[in-house]
Amino acid sequence: MSNQNFTGSKSLLRSLEHEGVEVIFGVPGGAILPAYDPLLDSPIRHVLARHEQGAGHMAEGYAMATGRVGVTWATSGPGATNLITPLQNAMMDSTPLVAITGQVASTAIGSDAFQEAYTTGLAMHCTKHAYLVKDADDIPDIVHEAFHLAATGRPGPVLIDIPKDVLNQETSWRKPTLAGLPGYRPTYEGHPKQIKAAFEMIEAAERPVLYVGGGVIAAGASEELLKFAEQMNIPVTTTLMARGAFPDNHPLALGMPGMHGVYAATTAIQRCDTLIAVGARFDDRVTGKVSAFAPEAKIVHVDVDPAEIGKIRKPDVPVVGDAKAVLESLNERARKLRSEKAAPERRYWFGLIGGWKKNKPLHYDQLDEGPVKVQHFIERLHALTKGNAIVTAGVGQHQMWASQFWGFSRPRSWINSGGLGTMGFALPAAVGAKAAHPDETVIALDGDGCFQMTCQEMITAAVEDIPVKIVVFNNGGFGMVKQWQNLFYGGRLSASEMPIEVPDYPALAEAMGCVGLRVTHPSDVDVAIEKALSIDDRPVLIEVVVDPEEMCFPMVPAGGSNDDVITGPEDLP
Amino acid sequence: MKHTISVVVEDKPGVLARVSAMFSNRGFNIHSLAVGPTHIEGRSRITLVCDAPELEQLQKQLHKLVNVIKVHEFDSSTAVVSEVMLARVACDPGSRGAANDTGALFGARVVDLSEDSITFEVAGDPDLLQAFIDHMTPFGIVDLVKSGRIAMKKQSNMRPAAVSGMSR
Repeated sequence: MSNQNFTGSKSLLRSLEHEGVEVIFGVPGGAILPAYDPLLDSPIRHVLARHEQGAGHMAEGYAMATGRVGVTWATSGPGATNLITPLQNAMMDSTPLVAITGQVASTAIGSDAFQEAYTTGLAMHCTKHAYLVKDADDIPDIVHEAFHLAATGRPGPVLIDIPKDVLNQETSWRKPTLAGLPGYRPTYEGHPKQIKAAFEMIEAAERPVLYVGGGVIAAGASEELLKFAEQMNIPVTTTLMARGAFPDNHPLALGMPGMHGVYAATTAIQRCDTLIAVGARFDDRVTGKVSAFAPEAKIVHVDVDPAEIGKIRKPDVPVVGDAKAVLESLNERARKLRSEKAAPERRYWFGLIGGWKKNKPLHYDQLDEGPVKVQHFIERLHALTKGNAIVTAGVGQHQMWASQFWGFSRPRSWINSGGLGTMGFALPAAVGAKAAHPDETVIALDGDGCFQMTCQEMITAAVEDIPVKIVVFNNGGFGMVKQWQNLFYGGRLSASEMPIEVPDYPALAEAMGCVGLRVTHPSDVDVAIEKALSIDDRPVLIEVVVDPEEMCFPMVPAGGSNDDVITGPEDLP
Repeated sequence: MKHTISVVVEDKPGVLARVSAMFSNRGFNIHSLAVGPTHIEGRSRITLVCDAPELEQLQKQLHKLVNVIKVHEFDSSTAVVSEVMLARVACDPGSRGAANDTGALFGARVVDLSEDSITFEVAGDPDLLQAFIDHMTPFGIVDLVKSGRIAMKKQSNMRPAAVSGMSR
């Protein structure tokens, strides 16, 4: 092919193909238009979202389901500003994402042109790095660098802003290099001295707990984690971002710790003598009041991002490195030691933990006559799918219940917005995950408040033939907001209630090309789930009208100590 | 506590914005800032004086910026620290001689002169500049501008005062 008509746009597509991109989630518009033309000739699939925020979350869902870099693109101005939420979401949850935005022509930048926004400036705080391309000849290197930055070290979002004239500029394509990143050198291998110190501290522990974060999933270190926990006989807590990193049905699994965590997980951390944090960042939802968090514990902190180490809690042994590499090194030492010496039984420690598990389990009451409880529905859905599904969630009560009651057995089967808490994440993230894994059952668990924020992506799912399942738990409002108003604002419900009958969710689903079902009574639950699971040529929505009064427990009030867990309504004053 | 930090960066658009934005984002306060090229093409040095109760966290956050190549904190005992200042001092022809004599004691250069003022340029250690200000205050300082602090690690263990004496 002659280079005569080879433009920046073609170079961009060629670069994306070179990076192995299968799918772009996007919305067209003026400044990105040149890139849409060569897209027609590319093997890359385009999924047309109904809002750029949706496109961004789809790319995140894709990335979280696969571990590969998700790609989204949008036009300048409003297209770019609509991507800010997904960018910050990906930043907080360390999701590898490349976002490409069109920009007004170079000559118009700074003139307040139509659909102009200072995109690289806006993205400065919500990306790992942001590029403004000034010369089409730079496209191959910049795209290659962007994918490298997004996927390596601590993964995250990278933005590439390309002015329209640069997309139209004549150029040529050449094999890219990473020569342009002299200051970027992530550390993967833990320092041998630190590994040794960490291992000795862990081996000497009497009441150790693993505090596992999303870094273990990002590093693909689940197997190494399982081996390590078993060889050392250490119980495992998995944060909201790490659900699925360790099988919930394993005897060492304690589940999620923190604000809405399982009592035994939260309390094991409080009472442990050695806390082994792997790929976790001592988030406030996990620690509660930091000064009261794990007060007796020595801390081993393993993280690929050195800035996370010591940010919230100073560790006794810091290990900068990738979770997989570090756990492998620790496993090697464990293997050697175990050939001489059996793992400690920790009878006292497991006795305590067993007592907490037995006396303070997760619990709820599902009455036969209803109303349906979210927890019950989730347990039935798990039973009828045999847990064999990828589950996404929005933010709030339903998200916490999903994390608590869905028994996870593998990594990347739980996709949610942890750090940023982005309502409206569930549906587009499910579309992205299903686009990545068309043969898997992908279920968006959502609340009515969340769902209304991005529900138009049902159209995307229907039109693009991405048959996800959607469960909308309708409690007529923002459940978690109501819960806080009930607990901390004297029950004065302000702007947290919405009419339970508007919109008509099944009708909305049908209008958008999906199948709509409704569950109002416990006896409808299994029937609706089985029906939804039997349909695989269209997306299906199940509206579940649930108890509007139900509160999410356990709960540690914000800023409170993790010693003061409210395990259920019976603990309330 | 104030720290003097050198940040070697790639000379690319937006780098200074990124560095200063990170400071405001993380709640660190910048007191002085000097930016200029280094002897290596494509590399610039940003020298910052800042309040940073968590110096280690600050350095780590700087390292996370993709265009940052090297971060180094200067310790005043092992670094040469310098700043340039322009100071306009009020004086009529009667007090001009005294002002000029005081300036000369600091090695200050007269760079502008008018009927009612002298403008000095004075360079050196921040303490020297402060002493200059203290001694000129009785005359009346009309205007003052500082360049922002720059620093370089020393290769010897000479004390700064001794070295500056030597150079004059």
